[in-house]
Amino acid sequence: MTKLGLASTAPLSGDNSTLAFDVERVRKDFPVLAEHVHGKPLVYLDSGASAQKPTSVLEAMDEVYRTSYANVHRGAYYFSQHLTERYEGVRTKVASFLNAASDQEIVFTRNATEAINLVAHSFGNRLQPGDEVIISEMEHHANIVPWQLLRDRTGINLKVVPVADDGSFRLAAYEALLGPRTRLVAITHTSNVLGTVTPMKEIVRLAHKAGARVLVDGAQAVVHGKVDVRDLDADFYAFTGHKLYGPTAIGVLYGKAELLKDMPPFLGGGDMIRMVSFAGTTYADPPHRFEAGTPPIVEAIGLGAAIDYVNAIGQDAIAAHEAGLLAYATDRLLQVEGLSIVGTAKEKASIVSFMLDGIHPHDVGTIVDREGVAIRVGHHCAQPLMERFGVPATARASMGLYNTRAEIDVLAEALEKVKEIFG
Amino acid sequence: MQDVLRDLYQEVILDHGRHPRNHRHPPAANRAARGYNPLCGDQVTVYLECDAAGRIADAAFEGKGCAISIASASMMTEVLRGRSEAEARRLFEIFHRLCTEDGFDLEQAEIADQEALERLQVLAGVRAFPVRVKCATLAWHAMTSALDGETQTTTE
Repeated sequence: MTKLGLASTAPLSGDNSTLAFDVERVRKDFPVLAEHVHGKPLVYLDSGASAQKPTSVLEAMDEVYRTSYANVHRGAYYFSQHLTERYEGVRTKVASFLNAASDQEIVFTRNATEAINLVAHSFGNRLQPGDEVIISEMEHHANIVPWQLLRDRTGINLKVVPVADDGSFRLAAYEALLGPRTRLVAITHTSNVLGTVTPMKEIVRLAHKAGARVLVDGAQAVVHGKVDVRDLDADFYAFTGHKLYGPTAIGVLYGKAELLKDMPPFLGGGDMIRMVSFAGTTYADPPHRFEAGTPPIVEAIGLGAAIDYVNAIGQDAIAAHEAGLLAYATDRLLQVEGLSIVGTAKEKASIVSFMLDGIHPHDVGTIVDREGVAIRVGHHCAQPLMERFGVPATARASMGLYNTRAEIDVLAEALEKVKEIFG
Repeated sequence: MQDVLRDLYQEVILDHGRHPRNHRHPPAANRAARGYNPLCGDQVTVYLECDAAGRIADAAFEGKGCAISIASASMMTEVLRGRSEAEARRLFEIFHRLCTEDGFDLEQAEIADQEALERLQVLAGVRAFPVRVKCATLAWHAMTSALDGETQTTTE
C-alpha cells in the first residue's frame, strides 16, 4: 500500500488540531512530478486540464490487470464475480463521496462530457418545442454544445446567464431568465477558466422554485472541496475521474433516483437490458440502464483508488492548501508588471487565468515550457467566455494538491523571461 | 537565454508581430479567406487582389494571434506581391518544408524564390516547436484557400 501524503498520526508539536498537510510528502506519491522537461524540473500547473496520478491509483489498476481481471456482470466464475463486486463497490464509494442517497443514483460514464450528453438525451429528448434550458456564459463547451444539439433535435430555447466583469455568476440575471417554460438549468459549479465557484445552492433553490431541474457540471468542483449533492439538492451532478487524480475514461453522473427511474436509455447494447427479444426489449433499472456495453472496469477501480487517496488526505485539508496557493499565486503573479488576472470573483478555486500585456498567451506558453512550466494556453474550451472578456485566449495556471509556492515562483520568474524576450 | 527561443523569437519576428505590415482590408481585394487555428483561437483573414494576368497585385491581412502567426502573415503579404498564383503556391510548399524539415537547404528551392525564402528563413525556428508550425503556416493556408476560391480554412 502506498503511503499517502500525510504526516504521521502523531500531531506535530504545537499543532494538535488535525493532521498536518505535508505537500512534500504528497509530491512523493506522484512519480511523474520527479520528471524534468527541457532539463528543468517539471512544474505542473495544468491540473485543471487533467491531474497527475498517485502511485496508489497506478498500482490499483495494474494489480487488477495482473491478478484479477475479467469482465463484469457476466461470469459465473470467481474472477468475474470478484471484480464485479469491486466495480460495484466503487459505485458505493462514489455515492458516499457525493453523499448521494443510494448507489443506484451513480451512473458510470466515460467522462463528464458523456454524463452531460446522457442527460441531454435521456432527459432532454422529451422536452417540447419552446421549453427552455438555461446555461451560463462561463460554461465549458461540454455544457454548451450538447444543449445546442438538443435545441436542433427538439426546438427548445437555450438561454444564457451573463457573467459579471469580475467573473462572478449573476444571480439576479439568472433569476430573471427563469420562467414557466424553464425545464432544466445546466450550470458549472466551478469555472475552468475563471475559477469562479458559482452559488449552486441558491441556483438550485431558485430553479426548483420555478419548477425546473438542475444539472451541475462539477468537473472542476469535486477536485477542490467537498461536494454534497443532497445539501445542494442537485438533480444531476457530473464529474470526471481524470481531474480527480484518477484515470481517464471514467466519469460519473449522479442523478436523483426518481428522475433516473423514468428516463429512457442513452446508449443501447449489452449490460443495460433486462430481456431482449425481437418483439421488444425491456431495460435494466438505473444505474445499469445507462451503462451499455463493457464498462470502464479498471478505470472505475482507479477512480475508487483516487477517491480513497483524496479522502485519506482529507478534502478540507486539500481545500485549505489550495486556498493558500491561490492567495499566494494571485499576489505573486500580480507582481509581474503588465500581468492582469481574468476572473477575480470572491469565491474562487485555485485556478488563475491571466494575460501579459501585449504578449499572446500562446507565446507565453511556449516560453515558460522551456523553463519546465506546464500551463494551459488557449480558449480552454470556453470560446464564448473568451469573447465575453474580449480576449482570443488566456494563459491559465491551475493548481492541485501537490503544487507548491516555490512552483508559483518558478512560473513568475518564467514570465519575467517572456517579457525579456518580448522586450 | 536559450538559443531555441532566441531562434524562434528573433528581433525581426517580434517587429513584424508588433507592427505587422499590410494589416488592412484592401477595397480592391477580389479573393479572401479566413484562417482559423482551433487550438489557440487565432484567426487571420487574408485578402488578395489578383489582376487579369493572374498575378497577385496586392496582399494584405487582418487578424489576431500570437507573435509567430502575425509575423508570418505580415511577411507573407510582403513576399507575395507580384507573384503568379502558381508561384505563390510553390512558395508555400517550400516555406512549409523550411518550417518542418531539419537541415532543409534553401538551395533546393528555385532561383526565383531564393530571395523571398531568405527573408522567410527567420521563421525556420519553429522547427524546434512542432505545435507552433501551425502558427507559422496559418496565413499561408488561408492564402491557398483564397486562391482556391474558398472562404474558410482551419489548421486542424
